Amino acid sequence: MPIVLIPTPLRRFTRNSSKVLVSGSVVSEIVDNLVLDYPEVQSHLLDSSGSIRQFINIFVDEDDIRNLHQLNTVVNIHSTISIVPAIAGGNLKN
Amino acid sequence: MQKKLHIEPQPWAIMERSVIQAFPDESCGFFFGQSTTDGAVVLSACQVENSTILNKKYHFRINAKDYLAAEAYADQHQLQLLGVYHSHPNQPAIPSSVDTRVALPDFSYLIISVNPLGQTNKRSWRLDDSRQFQEQLIKQNF
Repeated sequence: MPIVLIPTPLRRFTRNSSKVLVSGSVVSEIVDNLVLDYPEVQSHLLDSSGSIRQFINIFVDEDDIRNLHQLNTVVNIHSTISIVPAIAGGNLKN
Repeated sequence: MQKKLHIEPQPWAIMERSVIQAFPDESCGFFFGQSTTDGAVVLSACQVENSTILNKKYHFRINAKDYLAAEAYADQHQLQLLGVYHSHPNQPAIPSSVDTRVALPDFSYLIISVNPLGQTNKRSWRLDDSRQFQEQLIKQNF
């Protein structure tokens, strides 16, 4: 089953697990099933329209899904899916 | 009430040096440590590249590979990735609107104000359940 790596800021919502097994054959299924298993993750992962939040990146193994097939990117039982929060900002002149 | 952030001398030296050397650009990085009964203690820190394509005087961005490497480092060294630091050159150590929009819970956001004389002032912030930043008390024994 694919492994999903949970970033530190979201582990409170996955019972402090850093890695969880989630079934699915494409990224959208993985996300749906992750949210089913851990509903509190949803508001930090998805926006109100159900899309991945702007400041969240998802990698399948070494590749950003934006460079693959987005949420339709295929995963296999050996895939590692990483949820990577964007870390960005700036000073008060923004 | 936000928990305290206790910063040990060595990681603070790394962070302070990085923001002074990067001035007038923004500098950024991660810090690691362990949870304590009243908060967390920072035991190590590392600077990473400010990868923004915008003006580095006013913006910073940490690329995803550096974030994943930080998580892996914490895992390998049995530490917790406690948060991220960045500098505000010539600006106070107060979160900007972008800082707030991008932030996630359960992470400390250490902002280090730095001026042309190399003087620094740091403040740490964490999101509350309403996604508003609340200041976190910083402790240093040096």
